Amino acid sequence: MYSKGFKPLAAASVVSLATALSLVFFYAPLDADQGFVQKIFYVHVPMAIVALGGFVAGGIFGIRHLRSGDPSWDLRSYVAIHLSIILGVGVLATGAIWAKASWGHWWVWDEPVLVSFLVVFLLYCVYYPLRFSIEDPERQARYSSVFAITAGVFVPLNFAAVRMAESFTHPRVLSQTGGSLPGEMRLTFLVSLLAMALLFVTLWKLELTAKHAAMQLKKLRRRLDARVAA
Amino acid sequence: MIGVTRTILAKDLLLELRTKESVPAMTLFTLTVYVLFHFGLDRDSLDGELAAGVLWVTLLLAAVIGVARLFATEREEGGIDALLLAPVDRTALFLAKASGLFLFLVAVEIVAVPAFDLLLLGPGLGGTMPELLPVLLLGNLGIAAVGALVAALAAETRARELIVPLLLLPLLVPVLIACAQATEPLLRQDQGPEDLGRWLGLLTLYDVVFVLLSVAVFDYLLED
Amino acid sequence: MAAIELDGLERRYGERVALAGVTARVEAGQTLAVLGGNGAGKTTLLRVLAGLLRPHAGAARVLDAKLPDERWKLPGRVGYLGHEPLLYRELSGRENLHYHARLHGVAVRRVPELLAVIGMDRRADDPVRELSRGMVQRLAVARAVLHEPDLLLLDEPRANLDPAAAELLEPLIGRASGRTRVLVSHDVSGTLAESDVVLRLKQGRPAAEDEDLYR
Repeated sequence: MYSKGFKPLAAASVVSLATALSLVFFYAPLDADQGFVQKIFYVHVPMAIVALGGFVAGGIFGIRHLRSGDPSWDLRSYVAIHLSIILGVGVLATGAIWAKASWGHWWVWDEPVLVSFLVVFLLYCVYYPLRFSIEDPERQARYSSVFAITAGVFVPLNFAAVRMAESFTHPRVLSQTGGSLPGEMRLTFLVSLLAMALLFVTLWKLELTAKHAAMQLKKLRRRLDARVAA
Repeated sequence: MIGVTRTILAKDLLLELRTKESVPAMTLFTLTVYVLFHFGLDRDSLDGELAAGVLWVTLLLAAVIGVARLFATEREEGGIDALLLAPVDRTALFLAKASGLFLFLVAVEIVAVPAFDLLLLGPGLGGTMPELLPVLLLGNLGIAAVGALVAALAAETRARELIVPLLLLPLLVPVLIACAQATEPLLRQDQGPEDLGRWLGLLTLYDVVFVLLSVAVFDYLLED
Repeated sequence: MAAIELDGLERRYGERVALAGVTARVEAGQTLAVLGGNGAGKTTLLRVLAGLLRPHAGAARVLDAKLPDERWKLPGRVGYLGHEPLLYRELSGRENLHYHARLHGVAVRRVPELLAVIGMDRRADDPVRELSRGMVQRLAVARAVLHEPDLLLLDEPRANLDPAAAELLEPLIGRASGRTRVLVSHDVSGTLAESDVVLRLKQGRPAAEDEDLYR
């Protein structure tokens, strides 16, 4: 039920990923200051944008779950958040690499996107302990949806607050994320963003299908056991 | 609904007066943390950014204690069931708990802020109260709304004491940012408010968003 | 219209079945006895009838509310006496009853009347934690009937009560009260004596008359 349109989606992901990779390595110009390492920007920023999108989507699925009571929406929310957290680790790691290359430190507080992402990441890490410490499955799903909605609303608010703070304490260094990009870089960036987004949706559908199948299997097995016992 | 909120709030305030569980603990905690900061930072007096930071981080940590206890009696003595069986709007429970937490924070600050002035603050509060007050009140409102929501979210989990701080503190980062930034110029040697409106604006936005969100979502935490 | 009508009521806890196939019909003023061993689903059934839990399948109508869609009709019309007294231990009996009166929109002057009926007027201002279990049970009963409910859901109502106290409470929660009642108790013979309809549960499902409920 979740795998509608999976094949074309997977194909599109592969194509856009290949295109993005070739653009990054062969088309985009080498940055004058930072050299080759700057290219990590084409991974770091799309990853961050897609992860944040995933978190917000998790919140929207949470709203649909609460309104309909249909557990499939909760599953969609869970997988979206789950994948975004994994992407989040990647964002922080690539962010650290980029920071080291650009400013010489493994972490800097100058980048409001990265800083606010750290706060968001710390918040979403609590999703797992919250979720899995509630035993009643229905309640677990409901409370997870409430969390997803609260955290989803929090993401833009937090970003705004951090940005306001940073612009006071650290005057904004013209960074690649904020400043305007020259044509070739822009194209490469957009294709990378598309590739990352398609990859996310493909993995999302993949995990949904796998989890759904596992649940069906468990249900059938239980029914079989009950019949054998009777 | 106002009547029911008042009934529940009155009951909670009466219980707090009798048991003296939350407010004294929160207040004592802030004083202890001030002492810790004195030793940790090895400073006799703070001003400006450092002072604002210490003041607000301490208040947030004290709030965690209050939030963790917010639904304790309901959970232990079946208060939620009693409410669900009564012909009342369940949002009243959220409003009552948030109001209670707000009042607890005010009570704590009545002691904690002068204590901060006494123990750690270099320049002294002096005439900054008219500017500090709205920051405190709007900050408390945000903490109260989010705190009540987090308390309800964590109420049913086994790992309650762990989940509350982990959930509450990141959510309060915008409040911390706004309050610390607004307070910092008030605590400098050359005091005077700066951009107060901007930070009060952020606090107001945060408060409005989270009060509305919590009210919308709270019912789903109570139903079964 | 019957006060309670259940047809194939089902309630799950994850994959586990808490109640299944529960069917019963109780007319207004009648008493339904629910018998079963520990874990049979008696408390779950009471909570579903109170509107605290949503049924997952089957048809259920309590008073005139179709569950689960019309659950909102129930609050205020049901008197629930469960395992927990639902009283705050640091408040007095009087304060607790005042609180419940206000929640239910009942006139506060009912409280001293009720305290007198249950024989608690002398100790009404002592905190609940200082009272004996029998007294707490009496207060719990008062709390359950304070708002004149149409349906009483009673889980071991006479627990911790001496015969004198039980007699005091008869007009409130006994057959004489004239209210529709659902009664859960381990005192099988006593319960059967005051019931009109009997439901026997074993592991959440209705059990036959000769089936042993307690094995």
